[in-house]
Amino acid sequence: MQALVKFWHKHKWSYFFIAPSMILFFIFIVYPVAQAFLLAFQKVDLRGGTWIGFKNFTDLGASKLFWSSLQHTFVYAIFVVLAWITSSMVVASLIQPLTNKVQSLFRAAFYLPNVISIIVISLVWIWIFEPDYGFFNFLISSAGLPKVLWLQNPDIALWSIVLSTVLIVPGSGVVLYSAAMGSVPRDYYEAADVEGASALQKLIHITFPLLKPTTLYLTVIYTIAGFQIFERVYIMTGGGPINSTTTIVQLIFQTAFSDFNFGRASAEALILFAIIAAFSFVQFKFLSTDVEY
Amino acid sequence: MSQLNQLLTYAILIFVAVTSLFPMYWLFNTALTPASSTVKLPPDIIPANATFDNFGAIVKASGVSKIPIPGSDEVWRVPRLYVWFFNTALITLVSTAVHLVFDAMAGYAFAKRKFPGSNLLFAMILAALMIPAQVTLVPLYMMITQWKLVNTFAGVILPGLADVIGIFLLKQYIQTLPGELEEAARMDGASEWTIFTQIIVPLTTPALAVTAIFSFQRYWNSFIWPLIVLQSPDLFTLQVGLSFIHTSEFGTNYGLLMAGAALAAIPMIIFFFAFQKYFMQGLRIGAIKG
Repeated sequence: MQALVKFWHKHKWSYFFIAPSMILFFIFIVYPVAQAFLLAFQKVDLRGGTWIGFKNFTDLGASKLFWSSLQHTFVYAIFVVLAWITSSMVVASLIQPLTNKVQSLFRAAFYLPNVISIIVISLVWIWIFEPDYGFFNFLISSAGLPKVLWLQNPDIALWSIVLSTVLIVPGSGVVLYSAAMGSVPRDYYEAADVEGASALQKLIHITFPLLKPTTLYLTVIYTIAGFQIFERVYIMTGGGPINSTTTIVQLIFQTAFSDFNFGRASAEALILFAIIAAFSFVQFKFLSTDVEY
Repeated sequence: MSQLNQLLTYAILIFVAVTSLFPMYWLFNTALTPASSTVKLPPDIIPANATFDNFGAIVKASGVSKIPIPGSDEVWRVPRLYVWFFNTALITLVSTAVHLVFDAMAGYAFAKRKFPGSNLLFAMILAALMIPAQVTLVPLYMMITQWKLVNTFAGVILPGLADVIGIFLLKQYIQTLPGELEEAARMDGASEWTIFTQIIVPLTTPALAVTAIFSFQRYWNSFIWPLIVLQSPDLFTLQVGLSFIHTSEFGTNYGLLMAGAALAAIPMIIFFFAFQKYFMQGLRIGAIKG
């Protein structure tokens, strides 16, 4: 009893400080995550759940829509990550030699579109992709080419969504690469100059290795964001035409809130979780580095 | 750098920047173009007869909310768009404020105080950083349904208050603060709460600002959770309201739609220019953790 009083006296403030956020953490994160693992093995309806083992997962394995939505998600994520990493690295290296004032002007210009909601951005893209009066078809037909049904043609719609994403240089990448490049010591390049290294050699042997931690971080967050693509699809195509743009989160949303199949939706969410975890793990394994400067 | 090189650098950068900013420009351009000129070819690259008509049209198209006036039979008729604006601001401000206070308290405890369970709890927070939000979507919806919070602001706000990133960022920052001031205050007999509010919080202002700004952005732009929880149009947020108009009969009136989208975007644009410094700092704090 004495020990308990002493313990309480010593630690009560610590527990007071963490209590509010830890209570929220357990109710709204830990418990629902555990619940998701249980739901994935149940058939859930209004009366409650019944255990069905791995049936949700085997059903998904047999579902064409599930595999095609996985494929769409991978296509989207891979193209977006490659394009974003490349474009932000190129832009950051181009602004590097400019004066500080001009640099921060460009950084702000590239960051600005990132603060606006994807709903707003997606609505603008629907308008740009509009078949008759949209800006893209105006450009294309001015060049004498036939109009494209950007979002209505099932062979093209997914690529249009990819295009709407990759055309915008991500501000976060520009800012972080630019900061990383700014902190590479100049002596490295000067030493390389003395040795007679070419610009390309300097890029490959000095810049890339020193940018590796930034590249790793950006690759991981862009991959996670890419796999979680939802709003763009939901607003621009709703997964159509004929499911040609359904991605995994769009599928989770449909399964849960159109079909009200909560068990199966949880199974889909866990698969998404596993994919994201696997990708993050692999990227850490291959891109992590102990270069320090 | 040679002059030609410099010219080429600027040319590429300006081209890429213009491309990146084009959707935003097109949003405002169309919003300001008279409805009759929206559907014509070639489109006006700069609005020829700029007008705010589309803004009036979207306010009308959003419908009317009838808000009962307490203690009378009268109702107060307000255009729904204004109500959505108010709802979004309310949800965003309440969520940001509450979670900032809670995150700062927890960040301080994890950074500066050793207590039984602190390592385990913090490891759980780190693990939770990896879990995509979609995993908890269905269980949270079932919970909110059970608690009869569907179609309420409480249903939108409560689950959103649980946040691990803020705790993590603030813990990392507070950890770097020197401990002397705290110790000195404790010697002088200051209460733990006083130490937190008078010493820790003022020293943590930059990190708090960053956390607040990113929360504000996240809540203002959040879509999927309010979309699921809110059902009556009078309770919608701006993002949910926009998607609602997009699927309504006005969905192909692009001038009107762009005006609505512009209204939802303007507060974030102003917010960005006001706190630009913190946006850039926040990215770096976030990246260091990685």
